[in-house]
Amino acid sequence: MAIFLTKDSKVIVQGMTGATGMKHTTLMLADGTNIVGGVNPRKAGTTVTFEQGDVPVFGSVKEAMEATGADVTVIFVPEKFTKDAVVEAIEAEIPLAVVITEGVAVHDTAAFWALAQAKGNKTRIIGPNCPGLITPGQSNAGIIPGDITKPGRIGLVSKSGTLTYQMMYELRDIGFSSAVGIGGDPIIGTTHIDALAAFEADPDTDLIVMIGEIGGDAEERAAAYIEKNVTKPVVGYVAGFTAPEGKTMGHAGAIVSGSSGTAQAKKEALEAAGVKVGKTPSETARLARSILAG
Amino acid sequence: MDLFEYQARDLFAKHGVPVLAGEVIDTPEAAREITERLGGKSVVKAQVKVGGRGKAGGVKLAASADEAVARATDILGMDIKGHTVHKVMIAETAPEIVEEYYVSFLLDRSNRTFLSIASVEGGMEIEEVAATRPEAVAKIAIDAIEGVDKAKAEEIVAAAKFPAEVADQVADVLVKLWEVFVKEDALLVEVNPLAKVASGAVLALDGKVSLDENAEFRHPDFAELHDRAAANPLEAAAKAKGLNYVKLDGEVGIIGNGAGLVMSTLDVVAYAGEKHGNVKPANFLDIGGGASAEVMANGLEIILGDPDVKSVFVNVFGGITACDEVANGIVQALALLASKGEEVTKPLVVRLDGNNAELGRKILSDANHPLVQRVDTMDGAADKAAELAAK
Repeated sequence: MAIFLTKDSKVIVQGMTGATGMKHTTLMLADGTNIVGGVNPRKAGTTVTFEQGDVPVFGSVKEAMEATGADVTVIFVPEKFTKDAVVEAIEAEIPLAVVITEGVAVHDTAAFWALAQAKGNKTRIIGPNCPGLITPGQSNAGIIPGDITKPGRIGLVSKSGTLTYQMMYELRDIGFSSAVGIGGDPIIGTTHIDALAAFEADPDTDLIVMIGEIGGDAEERAAAYIEKNVTKPVVGYVAGFTAPEGKTMGHAGAIVSGSSGTAQAKKEALEAAGVKVGKTPSETARLARSILAG
Repeated sequence: MDLFEYQARDLFAKHGVPVLAGEVIDTPEAAREITERLGGKSVVKAQVKVGGRGKAGGVKLAASADEAVARATDILGMDIKGHTVHKVMIAETAPEIVEEYYVSFLLDRSNRTFLSIASVEGGMEIEEVAATRPEAVAKIAIDAIEGVDKAKAEEIVAAAKFPAEVADQVADVLVKLWEVFVKEDALLVEVNPLAKVASGAVLALDGKVSLDENAEFRHPDFAELHDRAAANPLEAAAKAKGLNYVKLDGEVGIIGNGAGLVMSTLDVVAYAGEKHGNVKPANFLDIGGGASAEVMANGLEIILGDPDVKSVFVNVFGGITACDEVANGIVQALALLASKGEEVTKPLVVRLDGNNAELGRKILSDANHPLVQRVDTMDGAADKAAELAAK
């Protein structure tokens, strides 16, 4: 088991034929991901040859799903076209859409998120501006390096890509059930809470590591959720204690506005919910290690 | 990107939100001609992106063109809460104000949609009204697809209990303000006060707009709205090179890959600094996933050009990009800077971890640059960089 993504997942790539799409499709295939197609209306009917074999290109998400039974799409299209690509995935009712693209306008994200809801949430959206998710040893949907760690019993959810990699690396000898990068934009599809709920229900996850950062109140809401609903141990880390007020720190959503969205407030909320919060990534890894060691 | 009042006013006018006439100037003498055109009197308003400018003396009435020039002379160059006034707006004087209201649309991150806030108690900070008289503030969620039509606007007007005689006008302002919000890709549009004047008309007398820089791809005009005068010169230089950089007030220059890792690096350096004379991070700089020699060189150039920087911490986790490529990037970047005559004189602490870390470390060791030190853990490297900065 794992969350959201397993060896049985049939993955298509929107934007596969672009440079970024090609690069990461190659890497995902190398990690064992079952990639059943690409989507590009201008190249429909062609195939792209990879080391593992030929991958057909379809004219739409709907066609790709009908032909292959795909249930996951990874979206690499440029920010200008991201909204249309996600809308197409939602209209086709694909169960999981992973939006890697960075720099999506927030009005576009708000619109496709509202559409997904209006459609009865048949499509889980992860991202945008995220590294995707990996279930080590089974499947990789996105840009997380597949060789950092091995299958194991830690579940990881993070706003940040590189902190995801850092944490996977620190705990590489223990291994991970799944690691989900939910993205650093002001509006994202899957939240910390969604991933926490899935890890809580996953019999193959013993401990959850949750990484947050400044901006918004997602971590505070996750803390309230953990207190009521999560029985598994959760270890937390929050980045951005030294971030000044009113400055966007790389991620569009990483901004302290007035006194809200500070790392300190997030840390306090998590600790009040019984989460052990590390001061640095390495201390966070040590906390996870000591809990697992009993 | 937060806009100045005059820029907000221009966007309001463009979409039909009723505003008073006004023009922005940066030399006092220019106030004369505008004031004459406005009928011999005007309001001189400091353009700063901070609240409370009225109390700070940044808004003055002028009863004549001469007086407008005098007031503009006083206000230009003034410091308001750390913001220097580089521009003033010479605005038409407001007719007698009868009532002051508040309306806004904004991004509601928690609910992943948009929110309308409205109150008949405008004129002061809405947070203050919300704290003291929460019942006077109406908050209505807006569906991102349905948006705000006349019916939705009327719902907001009713929820905020606007008086019947202005209800239609306020609803009309709301529909137009929503148009500003959507068409301009705003994160916030706020009118405060929205004033009812003696004639019974409703006017937007002051406003705030914040735009989504991620939407710049469909708004080429955003580039002109950037406040170049206020930008830190290092931030401006970094922006010109396409680097994601924020100037901070410490001594340890930071370069890293990935926003989360760089934020974390700042924190770890600040903790390490507690043991080394309280040195702090000097900047945020995310060079992204690729970390090519050229990007690394551009980043180093910005950081080494910061006179506050005493040491530099390069913190890279090799994910998709392997550490040997990053190490080569650092070596080439130093050579590139040297060939441009920009000799590196500050110590660099480099931590490489992740994909091909061993190979990357070997490349750095072999290059044997006198100012580059390798420390292989993030905590250890932060400590070394802080120690060097404290010397």
